[in-house]
Amino acid sequence: MTATDHVQAPAPALPTRKREKGKATRPAMYILKKLLALVLTLFVASLAVFFSRFLVPGDPARFLLRGRSPKPEALEEITRQFGLDKPAWEQYLNWLGGILQGDWGRSLTYRQDVSDVLLGRLPTTLQLVALAAVFITVLGLFAGIVASLNKGFGDRFILITLTAAGAVPPFVAAIALVALFSVGLGWFPSFGSGDGGWDRIWHLTLPALALGITYIAMVARVTRSSMNEQLLREHVEVATSRGLTRGSVVARHVLRNALGPILTVSGVLVAGLLVSSAIIERTFGLSGIGQLLVQSIDRLDFGVVQAIVMVVVAAFVLVNTVVDLVQPLIDPRIAAGTESR
Amino acid sequence: MTLAIQLPQAGLRRYGNLLSPMAWGALAVAAVVVFLSLFAPVLAPYDPDYVDLNNVLAGPGAQHLLGTDALGRDLLSRLMHGGRTSLLGPTIVVIGSTVLGLLLGLVAGWSEGWLGKVLGRLFDLLFAFPALLMAMLAIALFGKGLFAPILAMTIAYVPYVARLAQSLVVAERSRPYVQAYRVLGFRTPWVVLGRVLPNLIPTVGAQSTLNFGYVLADLAALSFIGLGVQPPTSDWGAMIEESRGALLGGYILPAFWPALVVVLVVVAVNVIGEELSDRIGGKLS
Repeated sequence: MTATDHVQAPAPALPTRKREKGKATRPAMYILKKLLALVLTLFVASLAVFFSRFLVPGDPARFLLRGRSPKPEALEEITRQFGLDKPAWEQYLNWLGGILQGDWGRSLTYRQDVSDVLLGRLPTTLQLVALAAVFITVLGLFAGIVASLNKGFGDRFILITLTAAGAVPPFVAAIALVALFSVGLGWFPSFGSGDGGWDRIWHLTLPALALGITYIAMVARVTRSSMNEQLLREHVEVATSRGLTRGSVVARHVLRNALGPILTVSGVLVAGLLVSSAIIERTFGLSGIGQLLVQSIDRLDFGVVQAIVMVVVAAFVLVNTVVDLVQPLIDPRIAAGTESR
Repeated sequence: MTLAIQLPQAGLRRYGNLLSPMAWGALAVAAVVVFLSLFAPVLAPYDPDYVDLNNVLAGPGAQHLLGTDALGRDLLSRLMHGGRTSLLGPTIVVIGSTVLGLLLGLVAGWSEGWLGKVLGRLFDLLFAFPALLMAMLAIALFGKGLFAPILAMTIAYVPYVARLAQSLVVAERSRPYVQAYRVLGFRTPWVVLGRVLPNLIPTVGAQSTLNFGYVLADLAALSFIGLGVQPPTSDWGAMIEESRGALLGGYILPAFWPALVVVLVVVAVNVIGEELSDRIGGKLS
């Protein structure tokens, strides 16, 4: 396997960190450790996101009001709203406390609570990411399994296609899909999110494909190499010699064991999908969180940008923790610390 | 048992074995793109910003090799000039993140105590911020253009290099040659920078080569959504954005060329990077 495609998975854990073989960790301790790491990571990430504003030199009130008329009343109001006259740590605690209680501040452009703006945009993004996830799972697993079970030409052909597909940035894929399926063939719309139900899915098909292309290739490659590794194992040979059909050997003995590495990349995948949705939603005129992020940067609405960055980072850390917690259920050796992924 | 002895081959054949044909092709593509971009001011047939409204959306021909865009500007010239911007960003990011990442990785891998652990945690944390997200946060802070995303992506790519360097240094540290230097009383900085660092370069170089492609794609995407380079400066991402109107009208070429070049360069860089990492023994995988 080559380093995973567009977004590299973090380098393997350091040898020094690996626990000694056979030294089992109790499940409760394992879960507690992971949860503690989650809280700690979220805390430090919130520090980074909040204090990033302090990197900009000059008056913070004027920074928050860039591009708008800095009338004295407006400056005063923003100072009061953000508590800019208070010490930095108090501002941070107020911000964090607000976020934990669902008060995410007010948007300057929408003159609404940030949480309301976000919630209004959330469904579109979730539907888009969900559809992309379906494509990634179905197409990625399918291509990976087919490549792994066909040696020779079929495998090579799929592998080369995957290498090429993995190198296509989502925005280029979006343009190519629009050129082919909207302008050329007229099968799918190139703009808007349509009405509910099937119309919505019809509108979201091209965006979801463009969003997912990198990860379809990534999942397919991980599946292929992971399955190739399993196919050579003794337990597969034993299952085959017991006379099980090829289908059930693949489903029960190969694919199930190959799931680990696929699951490992899903944290990177979710974060990547959310970030890339900024570009895809903009291209296809979908009013989701991603487009909101780009618009808020455009309209200098820093409070909204901060909130979205925090949401994406939190989603990434959360998914990674869930993956860490689910892994031992699939492969108990991980919790025991005898096998590190 | 037979012993295979590799005799050095004469002449150019020797270099033929250095890389696979695929990697040679990738290298050739990369070299052509870099050459054409670097010497765009001399080689470009037209001024990239020269508007010719009598010659709008022309197809490829003798006058305009790749055709013209919706304003009648020569696409080849725009591609060549845009390449300067498109390639400059990733170059800065890759050099910056490689140097910073190597230094941090060396420190983290060499120090057995709390420093290594703290740095390791820091790298873990940085992984939680996708590069593109970090770039957008930086643009929100410092304004549109190339400065903010280049700065942010340099930082975002540091952990990829640093974590790799750290794990390599940990492995090197216990090898006999390092022990020998220590016993002989050589100073740590000399051993680390003079003897350990060169052993990291191939693997880290392969990783950084792969990073180049990702950074190029991300910076082009930022320009595409209007947050990257601002007019009149243009790059391949901005060219695709400019061509969207023509595309919806059925004129595919103005968007096709820059898209093709982006994909070609990313594929070429990936092929070279993967070839490099295969040669080192697949340490990246």
